[in-house]
Amino acid sequence: MSVGASEGANSGAIQVNGEVLDVQRTGKYFLMSVTAPGITERARPGQFVTIGIGGEESSMVLRRSFAIQGVQARGMYGGTLDFVVSPVGKGTQWLTKLRRHDPLNLVGPLGKPFTLPTKPVTCVLVGGGYGAAPLIMLAQALRERGCRVDTIIGASTEEKLYGGLDLKRVSTSLTLATEDGTAGIRGRVTDGLIDTLNSSKVDVVYACGPMSMLASVAEECTTRKIFSQCSVEESMACGIGVCMTCVLPVIGEDGVTRMLRSCVEGPIFRGDRVRWADIGTIPEGTWGGEGLRSWR
Amino acid sequence: MALNLASRGNASPESTFDLRTQLGSLELQSPVLTASGCAAAGRELDNYFDITAIGGIVTKSIMLAPRSGRATPRMAETPSGMLNSIGLQGPGVESFLETDLAWLQQRGARTIVSIAGGTADEFGKVAAKLRVAGGFDAIEVNISCPNVEDRGQVFACRADTSAQIIQTVRRNSDNKIPIFAKLSPDVTDIVEIATSVSQAGATGVSVINTLLGMVIDTQTMRPALAGVTGGLSGPAIRPIAVRCIWQIRSALPNLPIIGMGGVRTGHDALEMVLAGANAISVGTSIFNDPMAPMRIQKELEQELRNRGFESLTQAISFAHREVSEAVIEDETGESKDESERDWDFISE
Ligand SMILES: Cc1cc2nc3c(=O)[nH]c(=O)nc-3n(C[C@H](O)[C@H](O)[C@H](O)COP(=O)(O)OP(=O)(O)OC[C@H]3O[C@@H](n4cnc5c(N)ncnc54)[C@H](O)[C@@H]3O)c2cc1C
Ligand SMILES: Cc1cc2nc3c(=O)[nH]c(=O)nc-3n(C[C@H](O)[C@H](O)[C@H](O)COP(=O)(O)O)c2cc1C
Ligand code: FES
Repeated sequence: MSVGASEGANSGAIQVNGEVLDVQRTGKYFLMSVTAPGITERARPGQFVTIGIGGEESSMVLRRSFAIQGVQARGMYGGTLDFVVSPVGKGTQWLTKLRRHDPLNLVGPLGKPFTLPTKPVTCVLVGGGYGAAPLIMLAQALRERGCRVDTIIGASTEEKLYGGLDLKRVSTSLTLATEDGTAGIRGRVTDGLIDTLNSSKVDVVYACGPMSMLASVAEECTTRKIFSQCSVEESMACGIGVCMTCVLPVIGEDGVTRMLRSCVEGPIFRGDRVRWADIGTIPEGTWGGEGLRSWR
Repeated sequence: MALNLASRGNASPESTFDLRTQLGSLELQSPVLTASGCAAAGRELDNYFDITAIGGIVTKSIMLAPRSGRATPRMAETPSGMLNSIGLQGPGVESFLETDLAWLQQRGARTIVSIAGGTADEFGKVAAKLRVAGGFDAIEVNISCPNVEDRGQVFACRADTSAQIIQTVRRNSDNKIPIFAKLSPDVTDIVEIATSVSQAGATGVSVINTLLGMVIDTQTMRPALAGVTGGLSGPAIRPIAVRCIWQIRSALPNLPIIGMGGVRTGHDALEMVLAGANAISVGTSIFNDPMAPMRIQKELEQELRNRGFESLTQAISFAHREVSEAVIEDETGESKDESERDWDFISE
């Protein structure tokens, strides 16, 4: 175990002090490469890290979550990790202003990874905006298993497309979609997905992006009885399963809807299990939902 | 638990420092606990540090039946703090006993079980189930939850309803089990509430629960939380917590107090100890640093050593010494009385 690391007994997640190696602007995003000794060796596609913001006395007390885009387990820095940051608020903006050698506190790898097929099947990967990032690591793993990987990434405009070059390298085919038509097909990623599903035999669909995109991907797959896995993005206070802020309604094997923690029971969920239209509510019949109505 | 607590006297930095604390009949090897709702039932945190090496785990408040909690969004970050509106999501007491408590027991962690209810009757039933099951060290009663029979007013906002809940829990618990009433700071006179729960059979009090707050999302121009209002926690509330501990300690010199509210470092923990806390719960800081309870325990020990304390106990309520022990002595060694002291500024 590396110095300063504390190892998790069963989850495999650890907290480490890393260092920024590089911050690189790409379109509207920033690609960050950091050292994360111990996390890199454990990371699997679909998992995420959380990062402490603003130093020890920071007034931003909550960590921020980022999907792992890729890892280099060895090398002169003893393990490096890449993730992409969309500077949307004060925490992400603080991150993108960091420079080489600045210290960083990371916890990870967190969450359940994507489930990989055991046979060389045909996979479609769908990414919206920076949601394409974890698909890079996923595509690599799928190709190593001999899978066909057709990737579709989209965004509102070209500047918000992410990971095109890397995904082109690791995918069998890559389709781009922008809503304003500045790159690739004009339209949404789901339009590209529907074309693919209609024209070829697809075994598994993996998706990461905005919740509305995931909802339509899941719907298209479920109606066609295609297995889908979606990486959700819920606000998280702890990221490690102790606070219950990051829940969403998910139907279990027994048919019962429960409010599951997306940080530990996700962020990867089966598309047909999440009650997409009911996110942000406690749907009728949810396990333990009765007591709530008497409250307010 | 193999911690050596034998050392006394001029402790050298290498030797074990006496961090023991007494909460009624319960002796803990360390005053550092986890705050209810910020550590689940300890299992996840055990990945980051040995949960048996801190004072104990205070579990997420458990109710009689399974509970889905409130809709999302359930949290909003605020300056040096956060708002939460979880709505007590949990599996219900039966499942808690079978899985969570059983695990904690097998793991050998000191456990304070936090309980909640919508009616006095529910609190009583949860306590009764705990009594049958056993296998825990104390109960913390989260009376900061809405009373379904009183338009959702929280029990903790009135002395009589607070006392009623504590009485019910006491009646349904083993006599020997320490019971802590978790108080809300959203009251006019927290000492009045502390006094009434103590008279109703509480061993001590846990202060403070979150303060009611609200954030409006300026993008959507709607409340940021689905529950509209939420509980404010984190370093932002620490001075309020210190004030509450101070006031209760001043009025009730012997009442065991578990202090909490924004403790981020050993220094913060020391502040609460000096104000009168016998133990410290760490909540929101766990979200920032999953190793926080362990780190704070080590830092607290160092802070105590740095000030020449030989044990934690010596530091408890130390900030009150001028108030409770102030006897001003003149050269003859005789103490002056109160009236004379008032005239000190004109005497030679
Ligand atoms: C599993 C997961 C993976 C993610 N991966 C990436 C990624 O690879 N790249 C990337 O740029 N972003 C990613 N995000 C979103 C990122 O965490 C948020 O954009 C970020 O937390 C916003 O912080 P802020 O301080 O800039 O914004 P603020 O709005 O100031 O944040 C305030 C609070 O709200 C939370 N919050 C705000 N927006 C989001 C959001 N969209 N999702 C979750 N929490 C939010 C913050 O964590 C913080 O606690 C991911 C989120 C999750 C849950
Ligand atoms: C997400 C969250 C959930 C909480 N859940 C509970 C709970 O179930 N029962 C309870 O008594 N207090 C609960 N609390 C309050 C904490 O135990 C603690 O009293 C409060 O947060 C102040 O301490 P802190 O600033 O260290 O977090 C919760 C706090 C947070 C932030
Ligand atoms: S973010 Fe705390 S439980 Fe998921």
